[in-house]
Amino acid sequence: MNGVHDMGGMDGFGKVEAEKNEPPFHEEWEGRVLALVRSMGYAGAWHIDDSRYAQETLPPQTYLAVSYYQRWELAAEKNLLARGYVTQEELKAGHAIGPSKPLPRKLTKDVVDAGMTRSSFFRQQQGPARFKPGDRVRTVNINPLTHTRLPRYARDKVGTVELIHGCHAYPDSVATGRGDDPQWLYTVVFDGREIWGPDADPTLTISIDAFEPYLEPA
Amino acid sequence: MADHDHSHEHGSELSETQLRVRALETILTEKGYIDPSALDAIVEAYETKIGPRNGALVVAKAWTDPAFRQALLKDATAAVGTLGHVSPVGDHLVAVENTPQRHNMIVCTLCSCYPWEVLGLPPVWYKSAPYRSRAVKDPRGVLTDFGVKLAKETEIRVWDSTAETRFIVLPMRPAGTEGWSEERLADLVTRDSMIGTGLALTPAEIAK
Repeated sequence: MNGVHDMGGMDGFGKVEAEKNEPPFHEEWEGRVLALVRSMGYAGAWHIDDSRYAQETLPPQTYLAVSYYQRWELAAEKNLLARGYVTQEELKAGHAIGPSKPLPRKLTKDVVDAGMTRSSFFRQQQGPARFKPGDRVRTVNINPLTHTRLPRYARDKVGTVELIHGCHAYPDSVATGRGDDPQWLYTVVFDGREIWGPDADPTLTISIDAFEPYLEPA
Repeated sequence: MADHDHSHEHGSELSETQLRVRALETILTEKGYIDPSALDAIVEAYETKIGPRNGALVVAKAWTDPAFRQALLKDATAAVGTLGHVSPVGDHLVAVENTPQRHNMIVCTLCSCYPWEVLGLPPVWYKSAPYRSRAVKDPRGVLTDFGVKLAKETEIRVWDSTAETRFIVLPMRPAGTEGWSEERLADLVTRDSMIGTGLALTPAEIAK
């Protein structure tokens, strides 16, 4: 979806301000949110792209106004409600009221290390890769209302395939409940001027990681 | 770690967000979905174990061991997996090397993807709108915000982390560090130098 989360190339947000000696968390609740979202992901309540999509579909005013971990919390509430793991009444009461919904597994203390290792997104290939390094490609012009990982600034642009990363779960499919639909994944590099026009920094190149359905031969 | 210090709070007043998060944790615990002691362990790991020192050790090894450097650039996941002192990483780590001709910078314009296992949690600025919006369009301007100035002719490559691939920059080894141990070299490798918004420290900078 063409949401405010798709920020590449937007102007007006100002300088990047780094904080000196920044702590891992600024508030105790931030760590709790991170850990509970991790736990629910491990349990199989949702996929990572469901979390991303839940954030993307927050009202744009909210998305910009709240902090990173507040977005995580709001997205978790949305996904818990949408999938029937909690009810609105329970959120209001602050306690469980109705029965639980079964989950495939649970992140307990004894499996924390396994639960914190990032899962693999490699999937069985469904056919040969259509492109190879060095191929010229044009990204498609798509504007789906659903989740996609093709940023707006990189649509309908000509670039070169640089790397092949194997076959991966396809976020556009996963986040719409249509399963993994495995797709080849490529790093595609663009000249800065192809993206931003003739005034762009001539020394700039930009790459995205593009799933095969995002690409056509150029 | 359930009740941490609340010295940052004013009095005993809890913010709306704190209350929401507590309520959520209570509900999910009562429903049997989550284990609060596992939450404690996750928080503690990010506070004490998983940080940029992991990445710095990888970089220092690459600076001193040409065979490891080659292996890292070929398949970073496999190469990091051979280091006993660094925790294993997920399947999709890619290391990109800075050279006198080319400087690399990592961003995630769509959310805030970041190589947590080697760099720890991303800093606030990395997740912020200014960085996510500008890194792909005006990376030299972003570098100026960090006090870094590259030669005019240096190529800048920005890697937008739009899939599950995660990137780490292998910064250039500073001059005057010949014969240094990996441990000592790792002290020069800042988090920002592995994102590409900084350079590795020089021996003179670390002596300050």
